[in-house]
Amino acid sequence: MSGRIFLLGDDIDTDQLAPGQYMKGGLDMLAAHCLEAARPDFAGSVKPGDVIVAGKNFGMGSSREQAAEALKHLGLAGVVAKSFAGIFYRNALNLGLPVLVADDISAVEDGDAASLDPAAGELVLEARNRTVRLEPLPDNLKPMLADGGLVPHLKKRFAAERAKEAGE
Amino acid sequence: MASTLAQKIIARAAGRDSVRPGEVVTAQVDLAMIHDSGGPRRVEPILKELGVGLFDASKVVLISDHFVPGDTDEGARILELTRQWARERKVAFHDGEGICHVVLPERGHLKPGMLVVGGDSHSPTGGAFGAYMFGIGATEMAGVLATGEIWLKVPGTILIEWQGRLSPGVLAKDIMLALCGRLGMDGGQYQAVEYTGEAIAALSMQERMTLSNMAAELGGQAGLIAPDATTEAYLESVGGSAGDWLGLVTDPGAELAAHHVFDASTLEPQVAAPHSPANAMPVTQAPETRFEVAYIGACTGAKYEDLKGAASILRGRKLAPGLALKVAPASMRDQQRAADEGIMAVFEEAGAQVLPNACGICAGYGADRLGEDVTCISSTARNFQGRMGASSSKIWLASPLTVAASAITGQIADPREFLNDGEGVA
Repeated sequence: MSGRIFLLGDDIDTDQLAPGQYMKGGLDMLAAHCLEAARPDFAGSVKPGDVIVAGKNFGMGSSREQAAEALKHLGLAGVVAKSFAGIFYRNALNLGLPVLVADDISAVEDGDAASLDPAAGELVLEARNRTVRLEPLPDNLKPMLADGGLVPHLKKRFAAERAKEAGE
Repeated sequence: MASTLAQKIIARAAGRDSVRPGEVVTAQVDLAMIHDSGGPRRVEPILKELGVGLFDASKVVLISDHFVPGDTDEGARILELTRQWARERKVAFHDGEGICHVVLPERGHLKPGMLVVGGDSHSPTGGAFGAYMFGIGATEMAGVLATGEIWLKVPGTILIEWQGRLSPGVLAKDIMLALCGRLGMDGGQYQAVEYTGEAIAALSMQERMTLSNMAAELGGQAGLIAPDATTEAYLESVGGSAGDWLGLVTDPGAELAAHHVFDASTLEPQVAAPHSPANAMPVTQAPETRFEVAYIGACTGAKYEDLKGAASILRGRKLAPGLALKVAPASMRDQQRAADEGIMAVFEEAGAQVLPNACGICAGYGADRLGEDVTCISSTARNFQGRMGASSSKIWLASPLTVAASAITGQIADPREFLNDGEGVA
């Protein structure tokens, strides 16, 4: 799927992604305020298939997984960053939102047309015939992302365990 | 093999003799802590979907602190759901007793050597007790509650050594703001931060908790301090013991990811400008800034000793005209002790507003959150834009001593100018 790129800076924190004052509301409300401090135009204009490209330490701060959930809810294809904060990185993959590290994002410009291929480890900048190389996901997390996140992954595991028990 | 404290704890939890940094292992979880925001309301639907119960209810602790005191319909509904879940799932439950990171150790749940997950980013606080404790999100927590296990990439250790002793008026909070400034908010690289050195050994448990707590702001996964006689004395006071882990340390010669050495004796009180803890500077170099609100709150900055220190500065003094001082003691037990010792009376006499033992404004919750364009000095851990209320509000971070001094002057003030003779400021 193809979309456009939202280019952001370093240290995008979870209070910007999921502001505390909207945390008791539903996901629709949180998502409507996602990134409003850094990019007031974001929540209103983002479309399914769009990609965030950011600098270092994306998702720093809280463990609230609504930070990743809001991005997924808005239909984002994934986030590419120079580095991720540890808890956000785990949360995003647990929810099935692709998050990928790129050493060099200098070729990327805000508004570029792009498509993200997590499995191939590529962000293709379609209009400019350029490809940004992404670090492959750690081997232990590939099966989980392929299953769509931790819950479907565990469902599969428990189903297999039950089937084994039933067979014994 | 020479190992770090982090490696030793993780190896034990993973059922291995030793582990190497970078390896991915599956560890058995000794304790899982959840709160009312990321806890029952988010994990129960996942447990239902998976069709499983808790891996071990005796290893789960639930603490309500985010939506306390339930002053909105939605907050009250979440708290009721939380209470109902505690009854149904038969877990240890601390309701309205304070902020989870403070309540967990003060109620005797933590022991050195444990591998603990918490459903909150300030979970590294448990590292002050020599537990490998780290924060995870709600879906991952549901996975832990279902299976009792979690994967870890064995961290390298970033050893942070503070030689010498802190000067009067300088606290653990100042150490952490200085570290955020020098190392940056990704300086911890999601590795294990370990604090060591003479200055750390001299700190009380509550001051050590502030260090471990803000390992989160350094971007570390955990913030460890090797258990010693101070740890043992605290654990005994809450009915526990350090067991076999007392004196367990990072071996000399263990491979480190980094080793930073700092001089505690020359450290000045720090403030961090909006909107990042990394915007730290000595209080003596801060630009003139006026405040409408001063806040002494949160797991980071409103424990008993924080309250005691702030009161030592406020005693017999008045707040700046037009400034509101809000105090939210981190736990019910700490507030009770402060009340017994006349500390809460000092806040009341100064004209402070005392708020519930909860996360409150620090997490942007509650009616007291910051309004438009308000500038606040706060003893909390984070000053991200919009963190404590309106996007247009501005938060300066400082120690509880510096917040108290600034509440008197109405602008950034050096607490060393307000130290009363004979006060036992930590």
